Amino acid sequence: MDGVDILIVVGRVLAVFVLLLVTTIFNVWLERKTIADMQNRVGPDRAGPFGLLQTVADGLKLFFKEQINPSKVEYGMFVLAPFLAVIPALLLFMVVPFGRPFTIGGREVLLQGADLNVGVLFILAMSSLAVYAVVLAGWSSGSKYPLLGAVRATAQAISYEAAIGLSIVSVVMFSSTRAGGTLSLAGIVESQAGTYLGFLPRWNLFPQVVAFVIFFLAIIAETNRAPFDLVEAEQELVGGFHTEYSGMRFAMYQLAEYMNIFSMSAICATLFLGGWNGPTFDGQIPAWVSAVLPTVWLLIKTYAVIFAFFWIRATMPRLRYDQLMQIGWKRLIPAALVWLILSTVAISVRQFGLPWSA
Amino acid sequence: MQLIDYLPIAIMAALAVAFVGVSLFVSKFFSPRNPTPEKLAPYECGILPESEPVQRFPVKFYLVAMLFVIFDVEIIFLFAWATRFPDLGWYGVAAMGIFTLFVLETLIYVWKRGALDWNVSRRARYRPVDEERAA
Repeated sequence: MDGVDILIVVGRVLAVFVLLLVTTIFNVWLERKTIADMQNRVGPDRAGPFGLLQTVADGLKLFFKEQINPSKVEYGMFVLAPFLAVIPALLLFMVVPFGRPFTIGGREVLLQGADLNVGVLFILAMSSLAVYAVVLAGWSSGSKYPLLGAVRATAQAISYEAAIGLSIVSVVMFSSTRAGGTLSLAGIVESQAGTYLGFLPRWNLFPQVVAFVIFFLAIIAETNRAPFDLVEAEQELVGGFHTEYSGMRFAMYQLAEYMNIFSMSAICATLFLGGWNGPTFDGQIPAWVSAVLPTVWLLIKTYAVIFAFFWIRATMPRLRYDQLMQIGWKRLIPAALVWLILSTVAISVRQFGLPWSA
Repeated sequence: MQLIDYLPIAIMAALAVAFVGVSLFVSKFFSPRNPTPEKLAPYECGILPESEPVQRFPVKFYLVAMLFVIFDVEIIFLFAWATRFPDLGWYGVAAMGIFTLFVLETLIYVWKRGALDWNVSRRARYRPVDEERAA
């Protein structure tokens, strides 16, 4: 590892950082425009072309707003909480491969923040860490609504995390029969290269469709999006855990939320929709187009998932809290467990033959 | 796999701290500072708060946390098995199958005991209907 390698690593980190910030700015605008269209409104259209700069304007406005420290807050934790929200949100995307590795000047450049061999566990760890920000924010605010919102958010996040974990186990188990067992997301993407029957892409979506549905529902709940946005149910809890936050500190929570949506959608696309796999037409078109195409495929898949997020938000009313817990514990977790057992048995029979004939 | 693979993670964490720290710090210089007693009071829809925020909340939240621990530990075991699935063959499937069935049984048990019912009145342990039926 020499200076150039370090530079490449720093470059990768900066690329992820810029990607997350730019997509956040774009996604907030996209969400407002999408939902406006679905509700026969125009949506933001003043700042910049098509209102694209609306998010930047909102951010700038919050930048010049007062950061209020209410009298009852535990100051240290109150200030620390926004940090704890943004750090896991930025780290979550680090393990997602966002393009095909290419070689330049004899060095292989990974288009991935960090190719960890425990990538999947890292994702689970980071989404657990995000809970701390919510708990600390709610507790340190010294106010009723943030505390209630934080307690609710915690119970919700940990309930659905079990469902996320179980559905990912099915995927890891399935892809270990192809790629020889890996928790690295790059390995899981490679295991999805190629096609079934010559036309159907070999995505994990098709053999693991139940796991996909469970995972998709659980990430909506994990990122606290409608219809699972009980955390910030305005009618009951005002703003939820960030009621007492204002100015730039509040902006940090919004930023973390949208970064989490993008990262979780990208993870969904990576685990189930083949990641950056797609036709690259090597040798038929200029080489740089072939190098960029995988990233384009990943972004298209990610935005398909994100659009589904917005679509569901515009369509579904918010659940009651007991319904929310019921869906998590009585539907998703048993379904994930049963699916895991069923797919294990099916894959084992294919892989090792019948148990009594072995 | 070496520790150096975690270098990008460390860089990103430092970058995140710097990003939040600098934006919060710089924003303080450009933002007004005009605290009034009303503004600093805990939010209560505009009226003065009469009670301290509740420091106790329903025990069912703790229950969810405990159930989560059970399931999360199970999932960690499953990941280890899932990565080595082709090598372990039917032996691994049988071992993990028994383990998973036990956890599934736990889930069914807490379900039937009513631990997953959010509304306390519907808990299985005490049902007035049963008493009426018995009487």
